[in-house]
Amino acid sequence: MDSALSAAISIAFHGTAFAMVLYLVSVGLSVTMGLMGFVNLAHGVFAVAGGYFMTTLIFGLGIPFYLAVPLAVLAVALLSVPLERFLYRPLYGASDLDQVLMTMGLVFMSVAVGKYFWGPTAQPFYPPTALSGQLEFGLRSFPAYRSFLIGSGAVLVTLLWLGLDRTRFGAQIRAAVDNRRMAQSVGINTSRLFTLAFALGSALAALGGSLGAEIMAISPSYALDHLVYFLIVVAVGGLGTIRGPFVAALLLGVSDTAFKYLLPEFGAFFIYALTMAVLLWRPRGLFGQA
Amino acid sequence: MTTSRQTDVVARFSRRHRLHPLEALPWLLIVVSFFLFPDYLALGAQILATTLFGLSVDLVLGYAGIVTLGHAAFFGMGAYTAGYLAAHGVGAPVVGMIAAMAMAGAVGFLSGLIILRAQGLSILMLTLVVCVMLQEAANKATSITGGADGLQGMEVAPVLDLFRFDLYGKTAYWYAAIVLFLGWLVARTLVHSPFGRSLTGIRENVARMRAIGTPVFGRLLTIYTISAAMAGAAGALIAETTQLVALNAISVDLSGVILVMVIFGGVGRLYGAFVGVPLYMIAQDRFSEIDPTYWYFWIGLLLVIVVMFARGGVLGLMELLWQRLPRRRDR
Amino acid sequence: MHMTSRFILALLSASLAGIGVAAAQTEIKVGVISTMSGPDAQPGDQMNKGIDLYVKTHAKDLPPGVKVTLIYRDDTGANPDIAKRLATELVTREHVNFIAGVVWSPNASAIAPVATEAKVPFIDMNAAAAPIPRLSPYIIRDSFTLWQVAGPIGEWAAKQGWKKGYTAVTDYPPGYDAEGGFTQSFEKGGGKVIDKVRMAFPTEDFSPFIQRIKDSKPDVTFIFVPAGKKATAVMKAWNDLGLKHAGITQVTTQDVMLDEELPNMTAVGNGIVSSGTYSAAATRPANQVFLNAWNAAYGDKAIPDFLSVQGWDGMDAIYTVIKQTGGKFDGDQAMKILTNWKTDASPRGPISINPATRDIIENVYIRRGEMVNGKLQNVEFDTIPNVKDPWKEANPPK
Repeated sequence: MDSALSAAISIAFHGTAFAMVLYLVSVGLSVTMGLMGFVNLAHGVFAVAGGYFMTTLIFGLGIPFYLAVPLAVLAVALLSVPLERFLYRPLYGASDLDQVLMTMGLVFMSVAVGKYFWGPTAQPFYPPTALSGQLEFGLRSFPAYRSFLIGSGAVLVTLLWLGLDRTRFGAQIRAAVDNRRMAQSVGINTSRLFTLAFALGSALAALGGSLGAEIMAISPSYALDHLVYFLIVVAVGGLGTIRGPFVAALLLGVSDTAFKYLLPEFGAFFIYALTMAVLLWRPRGLFGQA
Repeated sequence: MTTSRQTDVVARFSRRHRLHPLEALPWLLIVVSFFLFPDYLALGAQILATTLFGLSVDLVLGYAGIVTLGHAAFFGMGAYTAGYLAAHGVGAPVVGMIAAMAMAGAVGFLSGLIILRAQGLSILMLTLVVCVMLQEAANKATSITGGADGLQGMEVAPVLDLFRFDLYGKTAYWYAAIVLFLGWLVARTLVHSPFGRSLTGIRENVARMRAIGTPVFGRLLTIYTISAAMAGAAGALIAETTQLVALNAISVDLSGVILVMVIFGGVGRLYGAFVGVPLYMIAQDRFSEIDPTYWYFWIGLLLVIVVMFARGGVLGLMELLWQRLPRRRDR
Repeated sequence: MHMTSRFILALLSASLAGIGVAAAQTEIKVGVISTMSGPDAQPGDQMNKGIDLYVKTHAKDLPPGVKVTLIYRDDTGANPDIAKRLATELVTREHVNFIAGVVWSPNASAIAPVATEAKVPFIDMNAAAAPIPRLSPYIIRDSFTLWQVAGPIGEWAAKQGWKKGYTAVTDYPPGYDAEGGFTQSFEKGGGKVIDKVRMAFPTEDFSPFIQRIKDSKPDVTFIFVPAGKKATAVMKAWNDLGLKHAGITQVTTQDVMLDEELPNMTAVGNGIVSSGTYSAAATRPANQVFLNAWNAAYGDKAIPDFLSVQGWDGMDAIYTVIKQTGGKFDGDQAMKILTNWKTDASPRGPISINPATRDIIENVYIRRGEMVNGKLQNVEFDTIPNVKDPWKEANPPK
């Protein structure tokens, strides 16, 4: 009995840590897809870029983790601005399919670029000493870094929620998501809003990619490898929401871990069955607007 | 007088089926390529089979407006059916092909029943999920599919007992070309029929189509099933001409690549696959020969450039250029 | 009349001389089918580096007038249809003398009939499915099967007195082979595998599987995942869940204690015992020569692993054929030499091809992860010499 409980706690814990990484990366996609209606399959590129910058700063320049992560995030956010202006903006009115084509092209290019600059092997990553090892809680111990990931995820979803609920910027985004034309007619500069939202989404992805390097290794094919998972989180959660991807990521992360534990022979299968069930029940996702 | 009557009949037939002289071009190219590129027939056969696959995707994507990230499910089912039969004594390619189409069509019908009521991102994800689950199943069912090692022991008989599949790919090439031609005939007839028109209507404005009483779901299910059967035929082609089936035939990767190829060519114009698939595959072949390590980059760049210059893929680009040309007729 | 015949004679002799000159320059083409893109490009990259390095450093070994050209093709992953087409093209278009490489077993199986039909020797440098050399009389393999490598570690584990074993392998054919190899020899040595788990191929987070192992409380666990970033991931999960503290020992193969990934594992890999055919830390002189050439070409941040050495040795076999025949040979003559090929100068130690099976016979080393000069290395401490593939011994051809 005790060991069953112990296993359950472990599963919940590791599943949640994995879910937090998924969430961090996917929430930006939910915002950009929901806000701008843009099918950005290249979202993972911003995540892995964050990871690559972070590991280069840490291992190439000896910059400590706590500084490297914000710098990497900032770098990606800045990089996203010209990309949005020159590659994404011309396609805002284009069909979904054209957007798919462009972003898939970007993904392919990113795979080659990653390999060219950093080689085909995964980037090394070890958490800083303060965040490694185990945290002791009486009889149980939890890996420190994963605890950090869970904590970060919780803090972030709170910040985002408050940020989008309480600030003007957030209100503007919500307005533009609901009805772009109306938002424009009340004087909201939607172009600038989109650039900012895109930068925010990319920054979040970069944060997820760099913090999550422990679980989702930084390698050239990252954007392709994890595309399906990101899309599932966003679809199940519902486009354009903050809570949606959080709940979806938790659901998926924990179920995936649990199924792999309980029924390893069919581990991967259940996640997809679960996704199917949710989407058939709620075609717009759990929290999507009708 | 008989002559003008005959011309009349021809003219009416031509108008009804809108046979444009340019439509003969792909077939001409296919025949000519056989003689010009005798060393590339194996690649040619693969391109032809993949074009058929692309055509099946265009039917649902360009005409019915269903964005699918899981069409390899049907391609793979077709491939495994033909492969399984060939590995168990039924090596006649035509038999394998018919069985493959039946199997793939059945899977298409069943999955369509479940998922076709959804829309937008949901339907994309659902097609993907169906594909990935079938991929998992194929991976697990090692006794039937050979699992990750691939289906072993395929013995494909000569086509119609006459034409053996040779090392240079001559038989494969013509077999694939003929099947593609038949598939094209089917697609073309469908697209120009009232059924095809109603699909375009559904794609453009579902509410209105419902308002005028069109059985939308029924139409979608029909085209989805036909498309699945066509994809299954393409899968059987690959299986029979290469005498191999492996998990990559039923993978999400393949679903994604074929989608990209068709969009690259231009959707909804019947010939998107005929343009996009060969261009993409030849570009990939050339790029990977020139730069085996980084060819991904050049393919990606090609895609981005095409989209930046014109919407609607290569065909869209060609249309744009055609419109820019000075027209004498306007005077 | 007289002028014309003299003219024709002159023309003939000139062209014969021309042919003579052309014949003096023999080009041996080796078609290398590798994986250079996609999520699994890491092993392909290592193999290519080993191949390139050998060719670069052995140019002087070639007979005069002979040069070797490498033609690389990318199969982009486990795509047997692409691999088969590439092999066909290499043979019919480029007229290669050898086909080499291949990371993935399904690809190697698909290439086999091409090698047979074209009578071109195929040197398998990695694809590990046991039956591959049987698929064509034109195949030799210079890389290991999982049976060869998993067996010895099972035997070693049993000798340590451990009774309860657990196997955790990736859910694909090499995983099944590894599982079988370990289980067979562990149980023959007196142990018992109490449970096993097969982990889905795309898994990146191994914690649920490691948790299962922890719950079962075995004495020893045998883990196998494909060589690459999964190796580090599984070690991290092992560490995170504190299995060492729980008194469970991990044993594995060189795919997990992968030389290339050791810097990413650091202390986590300390003390882990694995079986392998090559360790970058081996002290034999042939390895020193190899490492010097490697570091000179690729810098000392790049670490070779068994894949690079398999590429290197495979080229050595090809060069042996070239040297023994002066560059003039057909497929059958080449196969005769290749089938009986052996060398003591491999970085792995003495290796040879088993003429009966055309598979490799090589030493398998038991190594332990140790921190040497602040770096994690696989230090060899036991050798099982001249291991043949047990699967073939147990499954003679019908």
